[in-house]
Amino acid sequence: MIEAINDALDTMLGRDDDVVIFGEDAGYFGGVFRCTAGLQEKYGTSRVFDAPISECGIMAVAVGMGAYGLRPVPEIQFADYIYPGYDQIVSEAARLRYRSAGEFIAPMTIRSPYGGGIFGGQTHSQSPEALFTHISGMKTVVPSTPYDAKGLLIAAIEDNDPVVFFEPKRIYNGPFEGYYDKPAAAWRSHDASITPEGYYRIELGKANVVREGQALTVLAYGTMVHVAKKVCEEKGVDAEVIDLRTLVPVDIETIEASVEKTGRCLIVHEASRTSGFGAELSALVQERCFYHLEAPIERVTGFDTPYPHSLEWAYFPGPVRIGQALDRLMADI
Amino acid sequence: MAGNGDTDTRGNLPPLSLHVPEPKFRPGDEVDFSHIGVTEPGAQPRPDENCEAGETHPLCNDLIRVLGDDNKAHGPWDPKLDPETLRRMLQTMALTRAFDERMFRGQRQGKTSFYMKCTGEEATSISTAMALADDDMIFPSYRQQGALISRGYPLIEMINQIYSNEGDKLKGRQLPIMYSARDYSFYTISGNLATQVPQAVGFGMASAIKGDTKIAATWVGDGSTAEGDFHAACTFASVYRAPVVINVVNNQWAISSFSGFAGAENATFAARAIGYGIAGLRVDGNDPLACYAAERWAANRARSNAGPTLIEFFSYRAEGHSTSDDPSGYRSAQEREEWPLGDPVMRLKNHLIALGEWDEDGQAKMDLEAAEQVKAANTEAQKLGTLGHGMHQPFETMFEDVYEDVPWHLAEQREQSLREKEIKFGKKDPGEAQ
Repeated sequence: MIEAINDALDTMLGRDDDVVIFGEDAGYFGGVFRCTAGLQEKYGTSRVFDAPISECGIMAVAVGMGAYGLRPVPEIQFADYIYPGYDQIVSEAARLRYRSAGEFIAPMTIRSPYGGGIFGGQTHSQSPEALFTHISGMKTVVPSTPYDAKGLLIAAIEDNDPVVFFEPKRIYNGPFEGYYDKPAAAWRSHDASITPEGYYRIELGKANVVREGQALTVLAYGTMVHVAKKVCEEKGVDAEVIDLRTLVPVDIETIEASVEKTGRCLIVHEASRTSGFGAELSALVQERCFYHLEAPIERVTGFDTPYPHSLEWAYFPGPVRIGQALDRLMADI
Repeated sequence: MAGNGDTDTRGNLPPLSLHVPEPKFRPGDEVDFSHIGVTEPGAQPRPDENCEAGETHPLCNDLIRVLGDDNKAHGPWDPKLDPETLRRMLQTMALTRAFDERMFRGQRQGKTSFYMKCTGEEATSISTAMALADDDMIFPSYRQQGALISRGYPLIEMINQIYSNEGDKLKGRQLPIMYSARDYSFYTISGNLATQVPQAVGFGMASAIKGDTKIAATWVGDGSTAEGDFHAACTFASVYRAPVVINVVNNQWAISSFSGFAGAENATFAARAIGYGIAGLRVDGNDPLACYAAERWAANRARSNAGPTLIEFFSYRAEGHSTSDDPSGYRSAQEREEWPLGDPVMRLKNHLIALGEWDEDGQAKMDLEAAEQVKAANTEAQKLGTLGHGMHQPFETMFEDVYEDVPWHLAEQREQSLREKEIKFGKKDPGEAQ
């Protein structure tokens, strides 16, 4: 996925002179995860450059660049560090178009690795997506495969609204099935590692049905798509697994169609439970699919604690937690 | 015991105490401004615009002044403006003051919710804006109406915005006075303080990345320099030598908190520049010539890739913070009259008179014309409605411009609002509710 993201950035830097990339360590070194490796060398220091350790400044500068007419792609090194830039994102970037009645826009794509599973402790593991999905005026995107990462990132950079693009770092190097004692597999053996060269895009707001099924709908995104899919396969549940890809605007048509078909809904995310995005999904399904539901909607999430360093695999919503939820949902069939 | 045993040795020390700043004068106090160092006009050196930043740093603790008590211009900072430009500056000030007067009354008459005057600070926005190129992007705070007026923005558009009427091109979404005027290179105003300062730096950086020639200039109040955004802006401006001018209008008061709560007791605001290694100037903010000269100096410096400048305009907020504020509750009523740097409009008028280019009759006529011009614009704008007398924007506009395209969830909510409209108002347009 790292190569796919690098490829998407390379593609867009090459296509559009208005695209600029900056962030802590994003320039010469190419980012701590190497997502921007080689780009400064190729496009020069005024297109790809390092930034001060000031998330507020990085976000604000991107807003100002957007007002000028550029398409900045600022990087926040870890999503846990996005909060110092939060006001600039949610009060400024997200509302710029609205408050100026379209005179100024902030077509910026904020890239940030998120999520746990790499022993990052409570400051390198969080999943703050719900804090952005609550904000009017911005979009939130989470890819789950290299193919999607490239196509969605290109679409995000081309989008004229501010987009937060959360990259699941647990699956940067390969898909992961959720067992703490098993490493991520390599992407090269995975179908979704095949990314066409050059330009292609995946429309924002469209989910992907990654596994078809009749008995149950699983809504997931990012790392959890892989974990949920694996557990459904292992347990032999005829589940339809939907990778949401975009959280706002969420693909309500695909969700509705699936839950109306299956009558059961499991929502899986790594972020903490209370007021997480799963709460929104749950409410949407309940409001729209109530008469089709044959069991209560279930949520499988991280706990309402900070991400503990040594106990991260106890926190992580892995196969056991998902499996138990599947058992409950399927109990009365 | 070794190490932390020194707890015992602290036994006879006095307890620690907190310093909470307190302004020198409160309501009822006699003011004495002798502590303010009013410098000799013309005595401050004017470094080359491309100088090393450090060469300006003595000026961060000085006060650049041009106009003296003799109403004449002095010294190397005299911008040597022709009388026609000076009259235009004065006329813009007169117009801004007339505008403030009428909009203040408009608020008191219930035509809008809120207004903010810039009385006493006109030079910090009008003289400075006139020193910029027309396409330099202005990133204002909420008290730079003078900059917008100096660029010839139609008064009626401003009033439409203030009255949130059907002519308000911001569709009634913004608090009054939070204008946006891209065609006039005037950035949309935010209510969150100091957010525009690092954004201006980003704009300047973008201009540099594209090899453009326009720069960014931003305004922030003394109180708002305490915001983290201000310091992020200074860091980025310094690091990338961004073509930007950061104007700090030190008007002494952030609502009821005096400038001491932003650190003014310990250092000047201009001196913030020293720590960031950028050029800094401290300027008499009620001296229109000094304001113009400093801004032009900084703009030229930015435009020649010599880097950013932080300017402190030392001024005084003659009126309340806004129509919601009562300064008699926290500061001496004498402050305004005793302010040692005078009134910028009077100083410019007296300068033109001293030059033999103006007289009291001309001023009276100018003031009258300004009042008439504002009155006419106000009359026109009122025809399009005022706040509270009906809702002047179609309901569906509430859902526009949130995103470039309306996503499904907003489309649903838009439909809901239109159904509610029928229930609340029937078929009638709520704009005609009166």
